[in-house]
This record gives sequence, structure tokens and C-alpha cells, in this order.
Amino acid sequence: MFPPLPNPSTAPGPARFGDKDLIRRSASTVTPPAQRQTEVAKLIDVSKCIGCKACQSACLEWNDQHEEVGVNTGVYDNPHDLTPASWTLMRFTEWVNPETQNLEWLIRKDGCMHCEDPGCLKACPAPGAIVQYSNGIVDFVKENCIGCGYCVKGCPFNIPRISRVDEKAYKCSLCSDRVAVGQGPACAKACPTQAIVFGTKEEMKKHADGRITDLKSRGYKNAGLYDPPGVGGTHVMYVLHHADKPEIYAGLPNNPKISPLVELWKGVAKYAGFAAIGALAVGSVLHRLVAGRSEVSREDETNAQRLAREEETKERASP
Amino acid sequence: MRRDEIVEGDALHPGDPVVIDRYSTAARFNHWMTAASLVLLALSGLALFHPALYFLTGLFGGGSNTRAIHPWIGLFLFLGYMGLFFRFWKVNLWTPTDGTWLKKLHVFLIGHEEDMPEVGRYNFAQKAVFWWMGILIMISIASGLVIWEQYFAAYTTVDQKRWAVLIHSVAAIVMICIVIVHVYGALWARGTMTAMIKGRVTGGWAWRHHRKWLRELAADPKANRGTATPAE
Repeated sequence: MFPPLPNPSTAPGPARFGDKDLIRRSASTVTPPAQRQTEVAKLIDVSKCIGCKACQSACLEWNDQHEEVGVNTGVYDNPHDLTPASWTLMRFTEWVNPETQNLEWLIRKDGCMHCEDPGCLKACPAPGAIVQYSNGIVDFVKENCIGCGYCVKGCPFNIPRISRVDEKAYKCSLCSDRVAVGQGPACAKACPTQAIVFGTKEEMKKHADGRITDLKSRGYKNAGLYDPPGVGGTHVMYVLHHADKPEIYAGLPNNPKISPLVELWKGVAKYAGFAAIGALAVGSVLHRLVAGRSEVSREDETNAQRLAREEETKERASP
Repeated sequence: MRRDEIVEGDALHPGDPVVIDRYSTAARFNHWMTAASLVLLALSGLALFHPALYFLTGLFGGGSNTRAIHPWIGLFLFLGYMGLFFRFWKVNLWTPTDGTWLKKLHVFLIGHEEDMPEVGRYNFAQKAVFWWMGILIMISIASGLVIWEQYFAAYTTVDQKRWAVLIHSVAAIVMICIVIVHVYGALWARGTMTAMIKGRVTGGWAWRHHRKWLRELAADPKANRGTATPAE
């Protein structure tokens, strides 16, 4: 068992990280701090989850969000998808293991993965609306958000949701406010089975190793850690009993990456676009200098007068 | 007499110089409304396209307002272009002369328009602007609706939105390039701006740039407002 974080002192103290610890800021360039903070991570052990949704409740409670009363459509997922209020969601999958013919109930706590290379931040056009701290937390800054939904396109995990109430983007903050005072996320605090634990990324990987060894000893030969390298690793990781096929866990992407379309849009398109506009502007000026202006001559005017006269005469002559 | 190149309202007034009505007040209003929406769209779109231009959101009252207003201006542009389309589509239809004209583009570019084939109300380049803007505006409207987060987020998948945002940006860049050429062309050929500002051009201008149009106007009893009353 991973020891739970002790409750912090109630005495006020300085925040453990803040603006000076930004390593990325959307649509801006930041000078990263010389010293990177120890990376934190949340580890979600899917094999230990009992689907109680205490994490969902704790998340709503701590972040002061209010989910609408939903409708039961015959599945356990409630709400049916992540929403601007529900930043985390238990996704339930009934899966028949083809090797054992056993029905396995896979329950994955979905939410922001806090990628080391965040696609949302890359896509965001509003300076400072998405920030990444040196401890790995990717946070949305509501005041700077303009509600364009570009983060939705950038995210390889389909996590951000735009509120139709205030047209701002919302997602899990990894309880950055709690972590700033030495606490773990609310979901981890509430989890009754320690399926969710929080600590440094190194600690979490070590803890996961123990869990994976245990799962393997119990027959889950493909048990493993989900820390996808395609996004530089994540600061929310899963222990999966079937790590070779993450997609069976309600579509957890196998080898997620920022979409090449987004890379193209935010990369080549930007530079090639401005190059094309610039080239045409410069080309126009050059053309003007080389070819001069196209002038209408006195002769042209005379020709036009003659033509108008001739044709008018012709018309008059005709019946 | 054929009136292939003439638009309702075109008229020739003899004198020194000959004065020709090229664009009616309604057509000019339609054009400038379209132009204004294009400029506003370019400014608000570029503001969200590159962080270096984000400051342009200040013109629209901040980032959120820019995001909210941009698609509405887009609809306005669409309406504006449709107006121009129905006004001018017939005189922008392809003719064999356009092919000949394109083959001699280099002659045109060095300013020897007297060696070019006679063209009607619009030359190849102007027709290209007309049709390409139409195509690109349609593409932008379609892709723009897909990424209009506030109202249409629910109707498409994330991957479709990714395609749409890429297509939308590329179409916008191409349109900005076309507008640069369009504006430069109008400034380059002296006497052209009066067409869109006052609605009139001189006969010499038409002789030099749109001789086929001028011939039709001169030969058309309805368009040629000569001194004499038209033959009954």
C-alpha cells in the first residue's frame, strides 16, 4: 500500500509552485525556470477500482461544480460523458476476455492526462489560457480563455469541454490548488481502495512496478503501466491489467500523439501562410517598381471616342 | 447585337473623355460591404491564427468577443459575395479568349496590354479572382460552421473539426493572397479605382483594358447614350 499523504498544517504558508514555475504558456514564450520542480503524477490502478464514483463526487465537491441530474440509459456511466462540470468520469466496459471467456468489468477513471507535451496548449491561441508548470501539471486559466475550442482539437484524449454557460474550457486541474499546499488531488483523497494514488512521478512508477508484479503473479501477463511516450509521457498514469490493448478500456488511445493535422495547422501552415502573404506583398511592390503603372494614354481616349461615334452613327443609319 | 459582356446599368456617355458607367451604386455598396467583412475577417482570423497577431483582438473588444463575432462576419461575407455572384456571374463565364489571354500572361505583366487579346468586361485574372473567391468562401463557410464551437460543436467529431480548422486556415491564407493581388491590380492599372469608388471609368480605360466590352457598349443602342435619340 502506498502511504496516503498526511494532512497539511493549517498554518498559512507560501504556495509550492506558481507563475515562476511555468515551463509552457499558451501562445506565449516563457523562459523556463532554471530548476525544474520534482514531477508529480497521479496513478490510477484500474485493477483496484470498484467503480464507486467517490472520485467523481470529490471532484465536483472540491472544485465547486454542479452536474445536472441526468437520465439513465442502461449503463453505469453517469454522466454519459465528461462535461464542463464533471472533469473526471468512470467509464465502464464489459469485456469478454477471448482467452479465458471470462467477463471482465473494466472501469477506467477518465480525465485529463496532464501530458508532458500537451496538445491543448499547443493549439490554444489565447496567451496564458493554458499553462504547464514544471511539476507537470497542465492547467486552464479561465480568465484568459476565449472559448474557441482549439484545445479540444489539440487534445489526443478528447478531454476539454466548453461550457455553454460561459463559453470557457474546463478540465481536470490535477487539483493544482491542493497540490500547491502539499495535498494530493481530491479524487485520490476520496478513493476508498487506493486505486488512485498521488506522489512524485518516480514514486508512482515504482509503486506501479509493484502492482504490475502482483498482477502478473495472478495471471495478468500483459499487465503494465500506461505512460504513453507519444505525448512525452503523462502525469496521470494507469496501471492496466491488459496494457497491450488499452483501447478496450472505453477507447483509451493506443500510442496517443498530437494529431498530425494539428501539427500541420500549428506548424507548416502558419509559416508557409505568412511566407505566401509576404511574398505576394513584396512581389506586388517589385512588380510596381519593375513594370511601372499601367497608364491609359491620350490615344486610348481618342480611340474610344472614335469608336463610340462610329457605332452611334451606324445605329442611326440602320432602320 | 450580342450583349454578352454587358451588365444591367452599364452605359456609355460620349464626350471628352468618353465616360462609362461600370458599377451602379448598389453594386458598389455590395462590393464594399463584402470587402469590409473580408478585412474584418482577416484581422479577427489572423488574431487567432498566430500569437504574434493576438493583439488584433483588441480591435474587436478582446479575445472572447473576437471569437464570438468572427463567424457572424463570415455569414455577412457570404451574403455579400452571393450578391456579387448573382450580379456578375454571367460576365465571368469562361470564354476561349481567356485561354489565349493566360498564355500571354507574361506580356500582360510587363505592361504591354496592347499586345493582349481583346477582353470583355473581365479579363482572365479578374475572372479567376471571382471564381476562386467564390470557391474559397464556400469552403470557409462549410469548414467554419464545423468549428463554430458555440452552436455547432455537437454535430461533428473531433477529427472532423481538426480537418476543418486546417482547411479553414489554408483557405483563409489563399483568400488573403488573392485579395492582395486584387487590390494591387486595381491600384496598378490607373483609372480602375474610380470604377469602384465613383462607379465610372473613362472610355480610354475601357479601350485599353476591356475593349470587347467597350465595343459592345458602343454598338448597343440601349447602352450607348449618344447625343441623338435612339433609333425607334
